[in-house]
Amino acid sequence: MSVRRLAPDDVQPKAFAFTAENVAWANQQIAKYPEGRQASAVILLLWKAQEQAGGWLPQKAIELVAEMLGMPRIRVLEVATFYTMFNLAPVGKYYVQLCGTTPCVLRGAEDLKTVCQKRIGEQGHVTADGNFSWLEVECLGACVNAPMVQINYDFYEDLTPESLNKVLDEMAAGRVPPPGPQNGRQLSAPLGGLTSLNSPGLYDSRPSNAGAALSDADAKKPGAAANVTESPIPKPPVADASDPRQK
Amino acid sequence: MIKLIIDGVEVEVPPEYTLLQACEQAGAEIPRFCFHERLSIAGNCRMCLVELKGSPKPVASCAWGVRDCRPGPNGEAPVVNTKTPMVRKAREGVMEFLLINHPLDCPICDQGGECDLQDQAMAYGVDSTRFQENKRAVEDKYLGALVKTSMNRCIQCTRCVRFATEVAGVAELGATGRGEDMEITSYLEQALSSELQGNVVDLCPVGALTSKPYAFAARPWELNKTESIDVMDAVGSAIRVDTRGREVMRILPRINEAVNEEWISDKTRHVVDGLRTQRLDEPYVRENGRLRPASWSEAFAAIAAKVKGTSPGRIGAIAGDLAAVEEMFALKELLARLGSKNIDARQDGAMLDPANGRASYIFNPTIAGIEEADGLMIIGANPRKEAPVLNARIRKRWRTGNLKIGLIGEKADLTYDYAYLGAGPETLATFADHAPAKLERQIWLIGQGMLARPDGAALLALAAKAAFSVGAIQDGWNGFGVLHTAASRVGALDIGFVPGAGGLTAAEMASAGKLDVVFLLGADEIDIAPGAFSVYIGTHGDRGAHRADVILPGAAYPEKSGIYVNTEGRVQMAARAAFPPGDAREDWAILRALSDVLGHKLPYDSLGMLRQVLFQAYPHLMRVDQIEAGNPADIERLAGRAGSSGAPTKAPFLSPVEDFYLTNPIARASAVMAECSALAERAAASATAAE
Repeated sequence: MSVRRLAPDDVQPKAFAFTAENVAWANQQIAKYPEGRQASAVILLLWKAQEQAGGWLPQKAIELVAEMLGMPRIRVLEVATFYTMFNLAPVGKYYVQLCGTTPCVLRGAEDLKTVCQKRIGEQGHVTADGNFSWLEVECLGACVNAPMVQINYDFYEDLTPESLNKVLDEMAAGRVPPPGPQNGRQLSAPLGGLTSLNSPGLYDSRPSNAGAALSDADAKKPGAAANVTESPIPKPPVADASDPRQK
Repeated sequence: MIKLIIDGVEVEVPPEYTLLQACEQAGAEIPRFCFHERLSIAGNCRMCLVELKGSPKPVASCAWGVRDCRPGPNGEAPVVNTKTPMVRKAREGVMEFLLINHPLDCPICDQGGECDLQDQAMAYGVDSTRFQENKRAVEDKYLGALVKTSMNRCIQCTRCVRFATEVAGVAELGATGRGEDMEITSYLEQALSSELQGNVVDLCPVGALTSKPYAFAARPWELNKTESIDVMDAVGSAIRVDTRGREVMRILPRINEAVNEEWISDKTRHVVDGLRTQRLDEPYVRENGRLRPASWSEAFAAIAAKVKGTSPGRIGAIAGDLAAVEEMFALKELLARLGSKNIDARQDGAMLDPANGRASYIFNPTIAGIEEADGLMIIGANPRKEAPVLNARIRKRWRTGNLKIGLIGEKADLTYDYAYLGAGPETLATFADHAPAKLERQIWLIGQGMLARPDGAALLALAAKAAFSVGAIQDGWNGFGVLHTAASRVGALDIGFVPGAGGLTAAEMASAGKLDVVFLLGADEIDIAPGAFSVYIGTHGDRGAHRADVILPGAAYPEKSGIYVNTEGRVQMAARAAFPPGDAREDWAILRALSDVLGHKLPYDSLGMLRQVLFQAYPHLMRVDQIEAGNPADIERLAGRAGSSGAPTKAPFLSPVEDFYLTNPIARASAVMAECSALAERAAASATAAE
């Protein structure tokens, strides 16, 4: 983290106004809070402003939100500078947030950083075509698929320098590759197929089957292994694990 | 009441107390940075940690209510320790953290010697640190002409942010960023717009916010401290004048709960450099149209020559806004001996008359009484500009809720919400026969904007009638309050420094052809028409001195001991902190010497003798720091005259203070005030441009 300041004047737009649609949405959000507590909607409005402005918060947007909520400007600036997910300077069309926390680093996030540095440039720098910018962020909560990046709203996981390059290539070409693990994994299932719980009988729910998982009727014994759970019976892996949207 | 055992001492405290207050009551000393009695509780510095038995960790006593303390297993009183090794270790730890990023620049820091962090590091800290990394660096911020920043030193106590938001009522300061990158700033480093911003310097427990005009000027231990009274407005704030040698270095507030709590306005604080510039330090006599330096005897001779050939009816005297009671009394006596009734202290033409009784011209509800009020009607005043400290008191009351505020006069940002009722006399007239308001304790704040106009007397009577009809004056509560802008005014009215029967008022004296000789006792807010021989007794080369035929250099308020009566009628005594420059003398002494030359020697040779005579004539002036209460019957009499003294015009009320920073000759001589005034003007211009 570093000191957060508004972007310099030469990149600040001269004016900012919500679209009619966003104004209606904002009024709806403001109305959720009791009279005199309109300031509670500040994060919602700032977020909407950031979305509308292309991923960052111009100074005029901060002032507009302050005016809409009847807040002193400094109070809105405090919020905007406190939360690092509010970008105070322009970002690329594809905004890469690269996780640099321990699990990802152990799995090769440093190499991904090199890729970003080579392809995009320094952190916070927007490429000349306006397509890319990147930022190292703290844990995004996908450690089991480390290393990973978030690009706009999607997670791209299990990356290698090659697969990240591929993702970025696709984006540069104007196509959005499917998010999720980029190494053929299904979600966070094991890469080479199941290594445990792989007896076919497990997936047979008939009660006569020997070696079945515990059912609700079975009392759990004291001292039983921690990996014995009462979760629903898992589905077997699908044939094509690369598409997470396949159910 | 809740019983606690603090350091083995059993104390009983009210349930709304915090642990810190309870500890103080038990005599324990609790260090603190973020906590301040007059601000909301932040609880972020952690310096006030104490051990609470039953709690696994030390607790921040400033943010811990005594009613949240758990009793012992058998219902014993909660036990708090402030001197155990655990507390000591906690404090040392907190202090080590605070000093991690605090630069060790005490030798070049203006706060040195009066720094909370310095003092507490000595008392509660350790002499070393385990932190090996670099200290953080923070950019200094621009906050205007009065507050200098050195943000490396900031420990993020947020006292300044809370002061600006809560007390000053301008939410301009904030803490941006988070964690180590948290910074105190105003929005995009705009200058602060509050008239009370200087107080953040006092509040800052470290040297992050220091006084810009006073930067690197002196060390606190070099200064002589004199407790005195401010004269920049009619509130009479308690101040401490710090001098080094002959020079006034700075002015700080003193605590006076009845008047200014512990705040003072920026004009009070930063007018200091005005005491050094444009000073009159020797007598002047006008010869062939030019003023030339003269000796005292030459100057007196010139006056005597002029006065001797003048009939008493053509001699007059006008007292200015900064004059102390003693010198006005001496001037009044001198004019009486000369046989003239032409005396007046109301340069602005305010239609206040001591003949109406004291209640008709003082702020009867008292400043502290504002906190008991449930209704406030502001008429022809802008308290924010005329008396910022009093305005802060109104805001304090308003923040606690259930205060209805109405305004008749100029619309302005007063830092609190009000109902705008109208612009002038017509609105006021609608209250003359109004049904009593459903409020217990109303205050009718009458400003000089309503009084300083030709129909002021009629309006005063009308306001009195209105105050009566809505029930602002009841048994045990007199809500009729006149807000003055001149420090000398109430004292002048108390001693009857107004024209005698057939005498001329200030405006009449100033007009052409009425007088042959006029004495101006620091009267700079009035233009004397050409013709009259003008004797100016004052401190600064301002309007009065430019017009004068003889200048007698006087003493400014920190250079003389004098009685001032504030707007609520409180008699206060200012003490002498320095000496007047050059040949300048205290004003009463000038008048005494002049009286001798004029052949009407005043019968006192010392200030003590003068006061003796003064106190005999006006005994209430003897009761320093007390208020001689006004009689509500005076206002009733005044109300009875409503309508009889002519109908008021329809002109709207205008606030008498156009530029807060330049209201008197001392302020006009101050470069700091001029800069503040320019900044305020620029801010106002950009605000209107944005609209």
